[in-house]
Amino acid sequence: MDVSMTVNGETRSGAVEPRTLLVHHLRDELGLTGTNIGCDSSSCGACTVHINGESVKSCTMLAVQADGENILTIEGLAATAQADGSATGEQNWHPMQEAFQQCHALQCGYCTPGMVMASISFLNENPNPTETEIREGLEGNLCRCTGYHNIVKAVQSAAGGAS
Amino acid sequence: MTAVVGTRMIRREDPTLLSGEDKFIDDIHAPGELWMVIIRSTMAHATINSIDTAEAESMPGVHAVYTGQQLLDMGVTGGPLPCAWLVTDDTVNPAHLPVAVGEAKYVGDPVCIVLAESRDQGVDAAEHVIVDYEQLPAVASIEAAVEAAVTAHTDLETNKTFHWPLVPDQDALDAAFAAAAHVVKGRFVQQRLIPSPMEPRGCLAVPSPTGGELTLYVSSQIPHFYKFFIAAVVGIPEHKVRVVAPSVGGGFGGKINIDGDAMLSAALAHHLGRPVRWTEERSEAAGSTHHGRGQIQYMEIAADADGKATAVRAHLDADMGAYLTLLAPGVPTLGAWLFTGVYDIPNIGVTIDGYFTNMPPIDAYRGAGRPEASYAIERIMDMLADEVGVSPAEIRKRNYINGGEHYENFESAGSLTFDSGHYNPAHDRAMEMADIDGLRVEQARRRDAGESKQLGIGMCTYMELCGWAPSRVLGALKYAAGGWESATVRMLPTGKVEVVTGTSPHGQGHETAWSMLVADRLGVDVNDVVVLHSDTAIAPLGLDTYGSRSLPVGGEAIVRAADKVIEKARLIAAHQFEAAPEDVEFTAGTFSVSGTPSKSVHIQELGFPAFSAHDLPDGMEPNLAEGFTYDPPNLVYPFGTHVAVVEIDVDTGGIDLIDYIAVDDCGPQVNPLIVEGQIHGGVVQGAAQALWEEASYDDEGTLRNPSFMDYLVPSAAEVPSIRTDNTVTPSTTNSLGVKGAGEAGTIGSAAAVMNAVCDALAPYGVKDMEMPATPKRIWEAINSNGGAA
Repeated sequence: MDVSMTVNGETRSGAVEPRTLLVHHLRDELGLTGTNIGCDSSSCGACTVHINGESVKSCTMLAVQADGENILTIEGLAATAQADGSATGEQNWHPMQEAFQQCHALQCGYCTPGMVMASISFLNENPNPTETEIREGLEGNLCRCTGYHNIVKAVQSAAGGAS
Repeated sequence: MTAVVGTRMIRREDPTLLSGEDKFIDDIHAPGELWMVIIRSTMAHATINSIDTAEAESMPGVHAVYTGQQLLDMGVTGGPLPCAWLVTDDTVNPAHLPVAVGEAKYVGDPVCIVLAESRDQGVDAAEHVIVDYEQLPAVASIEAAVEAAVTAHTDLETNKTFHWPLVPDQDALDAAFAAAAHVVKGRFVQQRLIPSPMEPRGCLAVPSPTGGELTLYVSSQIPHFYKFFIAAVVGIPEHKVRVVAPSVGGGFGGKINIDGDAMLSAALAHHLGRPVRWTEERSEAAGSTHHGRGQIQYMEIAADADGKATAVRAHLDADMGAYLTLLAPGVPTLGAWLFTGVYDIPNIGVTIDGYFTNMPPIDAYRGAGRPEASYAIERIMDMLADEVGVSPAEIRKRNYINGGEHYENFESAGSLTFDSGHYNPAHDRAMEMADIDGLRVEQARRRDAGESKQLGIGMCTYMELCGWAPSRVLGALKYAAGGWESATVRMLPTGKVEVVTGTSPHGQGHETAWSMLVADRLGVDVNDVVVLHSDTAIAPLGLDTYGSRSLPVGGEAIVRAADKVIEKARLIAAHQFEAAPEDVEFTAGTFSVSGTPSKSVHIQELGFPAFSAHDLPDGMEPNLAEGFTYDPPNLVYPFGTHVAVVEIDVDTGGIDLIDYIAVDDCGPQVNPLIVEGQIHGGVVQGAAQALWEEASYDDEGTLRNPSFMDYLVPSAAEVPSIRTDNTVTPSTTNSLGVKGAGEAGTIGSAAAVMNAVCDALAPYGVKDMEMPATPKRIWEAINSNGGAA
């Protein structure tokens, strides 16, 4: 089946099998391997991307369901921040990427792209969260390295920078 | 140059991870690759009567379907898989083939493989392979293995694989127990845990049909081990094997095996002349990656009337799963020395029986033997405190080595030399941070008021032994390899520095930490240093990353190699100055002759003269490139005191971990930011054993919870922030004074949390509880004792 979607600001068209998951389409056909796969039960959140600005686990939908949608992956994140003038730090990154590095919110880095995308979406919905709200807001994204301590700090830091 | 060691430098690993640029194993492909899909036994123990592959073979994209027998006939098994730690001369070690022949030994045991042009085609074809099993009785628990009514291997008469004793003086041990005023006994169960790094395992084997070389890309902690074993087992000459661990998405011990999946991929790629890749699915990983823990511990402590412990006796029944994998028998045994913990207990006796079961193999998992030992001694110290009638803090203070004051080189009852310790400052600081007195007041208030939410306060002072390891010690323990680590430091012609390390990081930040070490040593900007690792073509010598060894062994190798570069550069500087080398000083990167300001050169300016070699001292080899292989003279023994606070709803059994304090001592810290991160993650991983995680098997040996929906790796919502501090007690083992930190959090936290749970439930007559302390177990414990406080 032919699909066409906007991915990181570019129109990407191609043929997919009806059963192809969005995450496989992004990784295997579009070469966007920054989005990782950590489970097969939509539990871990490593594959979280934004669809029309909201976080979605890209293993929970078919590529054909994303036809016509606007998708943002970790690879396109810095550019969006540069475009809207919010980019920051030495890498000229999205503030959440910068906060993750400054707060040591990643170790192996495998959950990180999904965690960053989920954290941004969460702050969009709740710009001034409490620690408890952050923890509950990120419940759908698992990390085995950090114990979440520094991830929570990074989200707090990014929220502080935004307000 | 401002010193950077000891600063909270942010990590250089982060940018490519945060931009999605990093390459994990599933991001790497080779033209013409075949996908391997593994068909795994659905029965814990079964005779494989037949396997019908005809329909699968005819499906689109299928290159081949191979049964274990066919692979055996082809001579392409990738096995038998190695166990490098047969702890006794008579350890029973049945041949372990990557794909089973004749008999499946656990749910998840590979019985057949499909090779296909795409993963989807492989998965589709696998659905059409028909395996005819005849179910056999399964050994689905340690108790069943001990009872031995059924054997896990039909051709063995027993399930016992080894008996291993650490009993230095049986008579003295017995005498101590006979003379004791108090003897306290506990039976503790270390449940099976699934390591669960967020990246599942995977590999890509790429052959060079013309030259016979093979490159294996593998998500592993131990690329150097793989190189050796591909040579030794598959038969590809060692010098034609290259192994690369790309970005590795966590390990925790789960990627420290010589896995059949990877070995078979290598063997098939070599045989077929085509790249072969494999990536496990999460539900596949749950039952096929090795598990951790899996022990029943019978623990006893003897003490005098004041609660001063005089002896510890422990027997472990250790679940090895269906086969012995790489380090498996060594895991419980290396914990044996820690059953006396941080205490001056003169007598020890630990015996271990290893058993086969029809469950996945058990091997190293974060802490590997030491969390288990720490749990046993720290739980029983609380039970002893209760028996003697003093607080958990007091019983520990009465028993710490050297009264909790600073010591060096303590000879333990188990005949090890503990490098250094100083337990009182960490203990006192943890009590202070926890506000232990305030907590006890609040606990008493809630108890008196009969509130539904009751507090529990638990502590643990752990010791770990790590920095694996002196090679002679490993030899004495019947481990097949050594424990050294290798490093090369190269000053390039332009003054930039390459550091080659044999450690193999997977989240620990070695690139950052090692560059900090070398920058300070050489007096160069940290951004002028690069760290190369995890590719046997780049870092040919190494023993990789596990056992909290990378800094105390690998870091020491690096600074010694850097020192050799400095000494050689000093000779070049002296030659340029026309001065005697002993008159040339080296300070913060600059060589100079005191009293002669004109004679000064920075070490980076010597890179080019060393490279051009136009004017070197007579007989000197060109270039500034020095290697050092460091074999540590001793292990290192980090420690710390942790406090956990739980809140239990006594009406429902619901439990929340509401506070956690960790005061750890790993000696001087290279980068406190990284150390704290290791502690945070380790604490949560140990707390997860106490409260949430368990690989749950039914009586027939089927895993009940093979996904993250029911195997409860904690999310952010389950855990509190971790409050940390540290003390600094330098090791006497290495020149840096450093000790390991990667496993410390896990070693302390399961015991601290369970001590808190039992503390909360003490008014209900609860003395002990098995992990994980689920709401169901808590509710039942409260109500089985009448529910009356």
